Amino acid sequence: MKFFAFVWSSLWRKKTRTLFTILSLVSAFLLFGLLQTIGAFFTAGADFVGASRLIVQSRVSFTDSLPIRHMPLIEQVPGVRAVHHDQWFGGVHGENTQMFTFASNPRTLKTVYPEWVMPDEQWEAFAKTKTGAIVGRNLANQYGWKVGDKLPIKSNIFPQKDGSMAWEFDIVGIYDGKDATWQTQTITVYVNYDYFSEANQFGEGFAGVYAVLLDDVERANEVAQAIDAKFLNSPDETKTQSEKDFNKGFFSQIGDIGLIVRLILLAVFFTIVILTGNTMAQAVRERIPEMAVLKTIGFSNRTVTGLVLAEALLLCFLGGLIGMGLAQVLMGGLAQNAPQFFGAIPRDPKIWVQALVAMAVIALVVGLPPALRAGRLKIVDALAER
Amino acid sequence: MSEPMVKVRDVTKVYTRGKERLEVLHHISLDIPKGDFVALMGPSGSGKTTLLNLIGGLDQPSSGEVWVGGKRIDKLSSGELSKWRAANVGFVFQFYNLMPVLTAQKNVELPLLLTNLSAAKRRQNAETALKLVGLAERRNHKPKELSGGQEQRVAIARAIVSDPQILVCDEPTGDLDRHTADEVLSLLQTLNREHGKTIVMVTHDPKAAEFAKYTLHLDKGTLAEQAAAAA
Repeated sequence: MKFFAFVWSSLWRKKTRTLFTILSLVSAFLLFGLLQTIGAFFTAGADFVGASRLIVQSRVSFTDSLPIRHMPLIEQVPGVRAVHHDQWFGGVHGENTQMFTFASNPRTLKTVYPEWVMPDEQWEAFAKTKTGAIVGRNLANQYGWKVGDKLPIKSNIFPQKDGSMAWEFDIVGIYDGKDATWQTQTITVYVNYDYFSEANQFGEGFAGVYAVLLDDVERANEVAQAIDAKFLNSPDETKTQSEKDFNKGFFSQIGDIGLIVRLILLAVFFTIVILTGNTMAQAVRERIPEMAVLKTIGFSNRTVTGLVLAEALLLCFLGGLIGMGLAQVLMGGLAQNAPQFFGAIPRDPKIWVQALVAMAVIALVVGLPPALRAGRLKIVDALAER
Repeated sequence: MSEPMVKVRDVTKVYTRGKERLEVLHHISLDIPKGDFVALMGPSGSGKTTLLNLIGGLDQPSSGEVWVGGKRIDKLSSGELSKWRAANVGFVFQFYNLMPVLTAQKNVELPLLLTNLSAAKRRQNAETALKLVGLAERRNHKPKELSGGQEQRVAIARAIVSDPQILVCDEPTGDLDRHTADEVLSLLQTLNREHGKTIVMVTHDPKAAEFAKYTLHLDKGTLAEQAAAAA
């Protein structure tokens, strides 16, 4: 620690150069923090979901809506405790704010998703109010919605019978998650399915995807196969899988997010290593006579090497920590201001560990060569600037 | 008769530059008593800086022995030499070689970072050294805010802060005007006469050599003559 003041002063010897190098490190680690967080979310497949549910989608694509006539048939499959369906509504709020909106059966939603917690009277109101809708707590807080408010919402898929894409619902309930993790997921609007089915221009019968609550999670595979077998060779064949696998598959539509993130970060960090390495090499080259003086005074080769390495570590950790801090703040801000997109992304402490390791590795890569050079220089030659 | 501070016995120094072999010092032997202030003079390439480097432990002879303060230093390892220099030798260079990013105080404290002294003690010792060279009021100034003479005095303060046995000065007034050079040389004289520091000084300047007790002349790597400066 007694050398800290000296190392710190040496770091800021050329203020502009150091500042720009730190800014580049900040940008790199800001990107790292954001991309790793989002990438981890996409590849985790929403690990928080339980194993007690299956999702039944159209075999062709999850965007193809399954028919409502499938429901009683799925209910008959041994091992099925309850069945629910969600039809993607394509909700848009305001000018162009996309919103997770589903047309759902209130009673089966409550049965199959006990993770959603709401007072019984609000569940009842949802079931009995034709134009009823319930919204998640995070979403309600973001827009200042209360029970009793009108919810004007457009659908970018389903017009009303009069051709208008504008719908209006009544907020009859606000639901919470059963725990902190589920609470982050309270970003969805559920509208009354019966009203939607009756009022949309395309007619009745769209169920969307089915969620199946199992009697016994050990029989998940068996039940999934039984459901798919029931609809094999029908016009609406099904693909049934665990809810976790369904979520993973959903995100992988976008591409191998994990691979994309890794490639981007590889390119970014390669550039950073070149840039920072050049800065460190230049900084040491300029100070060869000073290093010689330190050695003359009595600083050993190891101490001089250590001082240069310490400077590299300070540089990388300073930029890295600021970048990661900014990423945290940004993710927090996004989660607060756009919870429908970012509210569900959990903060993973593993990403901080990865970042710290990256900072240390970069510091070693860029710092070790000039540090060893400084440690090995011959005093007499260096003083004579040979 | 007490042991001399510096004892050089039959020292030869050879540099190899590619295929070229350059013998810079030929079988030099000399004694410098404790408390002496000796000037080393000679034409360019005579080997005086090389001899100074050997006495200061910055380099090692190709053959022969170098003893400083009763310790034979030509056989020490690099690490041992570093430790020895930190405790026993103070260096003053022609171009001061202060750290530009540090204040005068922090520059003087540098050698003390190698000790176990507390931060407060380091500060105190540095202030004492700066007071001795007459620059206590400039302790928070960086080198670029000091004149050449002041920088050299800070360098001298840095050289004496760990109370070394010997000061090794390589052209300490080479970059200074006459008046400032005389001030610096007077300071070195004070350190020698009043504080008993043994000083070995390389200089081209005969007027600078007059501040020393006597002068040794080198020519083509050989000790030519020894002359006592007028008191």
